[in-house]
Amino acid sequence: MKKMLMATTAAALVATSAMAGGHAKEVKLGILFGFTGPIESLAGPMAMGAEIAMKEATDSGMLLDSATVTGIRADSSCIDNGIAVAAGERLISEGINGLIGADCSGVTGAVLQSVAIPNGLVMISPSATSPGLSTMEDNGLFFRTSPSDAREGEVMAEILQERGVKSIALTYTNNDYGKGLADAIESSFKAVGGEVTIVAAHEDGKADYSAEVGALASAGGDLLVVAGYLDQGGAGIIKSALDAGAWEQFGLPGGMIGDNLPKNIGPDLDGSYGQIAGSQGDGIDKFVAMAKEAGFDGTGPYAPESYDAAALFMMAMQAADSTDPADYKDKILEVANAPGEKIYPGDLAKAFELIKAGKDVDYVGASAVELIGPGENAGTYRMIEVKNGKNETIGFK
Amino acid sequence: MDLLNALIAFLNYVFIPGVAYGSQLALGALGVTLVYGILRFSNFAHGDTMAMGAMATVLMTWLFQSWGISLGPLPTALLALPFGILFAIGLVLFTDRAVYKFYRVKKAKPVILVIVSLGITFIYNGVTRFIIGTNDQNFFDGERFIISAREFKKATGLAEGLSFKTTQGITIVTAIIVVALLFWFLNRTRAGKSMRAYSDNEDLALLSGINPERVVMITWIIVATLATIAGVLYGLDKSFKPFVYFQLLLPIFASAIVGGLGNPLGAIAGGFVIAFSEVTITYAWKKVLVYMMPESLEPSGLVQLLSTDYKFAVSFVILLIVLLFKPTGLFKGQSV
Repeated sequence: MKKMLMATTAAALVATSAMAGGHAKEVKLGILFGFTGPIESLAGPMAMGAEIAMKEATDSGMLLDSATVTGIRADSSCIDNGIAVAAGERLISEGINGLIGADCSGVTGAVLQSVAIPNGLVMISPSATSPGLSTMEDNGLFFRTSPSDAREGEVMAEILQERGVKSIALTYTNNDYGKGLADAIESSFKAVGGEVTIVAAHEDGKADYSAEVGALASAGGDLLVVAGYLDQGGAGIIKSALDAGAWEQFGLPGGMIGDNLPKNIGPDLDGSYGQIAGSQGDGIDKFVAMAKEAGFDGTGPYAPESYDAAALFMMAMQAADSTDPADYKDKILEVANAPGEKIYPGDLAKAFELIKAGKDVDYVGASAVELIGPGENAGTYRMIEVKNGKNETIGFK
Repeated sequence: MDLLNALIAFLNYVFIPGVAYGSQLALGALGVTLVYGILRFSNFAHGDTMAMGAMATVLMTWLFQSWGISLGPLPTALLALPFGILFAIGLVLFTDRAVYKFYRVKKAKPVILVIVSLGITFIYNGVTRFIIGTNDQNFFDGERFIISAREFKKATGLAEGLSFKTTQGITIVTAIIVVALLFWFLNRTRAGKSMRAYSDNEDLALLSGINPERVVMITWIIVATLATIAGVLYGLDKSFKPFVYFQLLLPIFASAIVGGLGNPLGAIAGGFVIAFSEVTITYAWKKVLVYMMPESLEPSGLVQLLSTDYKFAVSFVILLIVLLFKPTGLFKGQSV
């Protein structure tokens, strides 16, 4: 019995010291995405995006005296707050140093309130776009590499104004995304002096939208803005509006931009225009090449933003020389924004070196990161116009 | 004040869509009412029979399209329709042999048959999704418009456009032809008369030498034909999606009951009553009223009684009112 006690004590001692030794050299980042649920097709490439950043940092050997970075995946389900909070707590018990996620706006708010704030954990979400998250009390713990939908509303209002549109009718898909975006477009467009004749919801998955279009047409307006999904009711509304001759041009926010829309509607869609979150330049090209090498599609929605979320965590840790959220949370804005040397995907080793030497860095990354306000991406948008049955990029804003 | 524009807006957004939708409902309701009148139960599988028939037609259409066969300005689906009908007839006759006959021989109560038909619904439902998937399928080709809104505006110089889709035209014409044929069949032919006799009094019909199995078979053949035509017309005019046919069940039953279950004339009237109630109650009348009223009386709101989300609620409410105050329907049918 005595021997047994001795042996276990010794073993425990060895284990603790081994733990302590390993601790300094291991960084754990939680990846909380909806691997099941409505955006399960996006979650895989997003997680891969975050993981290649971690691999890059580990391989560089420059992060915090050659620490290894490991990602721990957990399922947020996108729509079920209970599942997401439980998964977040599990990640906490596994000792993560930062949380990439969550993905959908609703669960992100829930995890922030019930997991991150009580535990003092920093969260960087690559894809939660709800304007509500901008004003949520977060103790400086919440950031996002995606722009808020409020920003898309402003961009859309600017585009409409530039094109001389005086009044719009607005219809949105009946969920949080559609409602939030419609509110943003409505208030921004009114703020620049435009008139919104009607704001009406439509349900996805119906065969017939002639009644909805009847109501919209009755209200009138220069342009019909459809804040919906291109494979869903959004396309149905446009088809129906064209059939009835109610409108010939449409305003298309992000959810409506995709190759399927011009293909399904045909030449009548020519001349319609809109915008989608997306950046130009070297950052995204480099990321897409890296993704291709790693065997996934880097152009997928929010995959670049996920890479950037992981990169921001690691650079902030390097800058604070600590993996403790309380130490590095104030460094995130510092590494993300000017001044300093511009950092693109694949440059993480260089960034760690510069930071270690005490120099400033300005992380651009794959999605042109520029954190504003309460720590969300300012967001560049690609302006799209449908020409000859194709979505063509006509500029950036 | 501009009565002409008001009239065009009314035709474009209310009248033409209402007539086309009403024709589709009427064809569906005729099938339901025939099953109720002759086989004496409410066939919940009717919506999915429409889906199955339409699915077979869609697949045949694609085959024809790949062979390069087309009807010129008319949709190829019309050519594929007879094959879809044959498939649907085979399907319901098989279902009748395998399932309904068992209960008919035992003289099961109608409520049991209703539940059985619900089971059939789910099986059809699953099979349709298994074969063609859950997504929208586009099988329309040919000329899209008889009158397009853009050309109408150019030709007349009016502010309002009038669009009349080919599919709406086909729907209305087909519905008239089918209904005329059906009434001729029921009233003039021997088989039709034996069906009506069987519907009026089963025992008396048996005594006068009518073969009940034959009546049942003819009924199913007619029902499958009607269901497929209704399903294909709806799919052509709107879009083919399996789930939509299940949703259509409510307005179809509402049409049949409002008109009077078991009464073919009532089914047609019911279809139009339901279609026009849905369209007129959820339409925003502002546009029409602005053209009609003097400027001082122009409405500032949308003048919409119910948001379009409540379209199906309209059929429910009409159904309730009819069941409460006139259980036999507008045209004397059987009470439910």
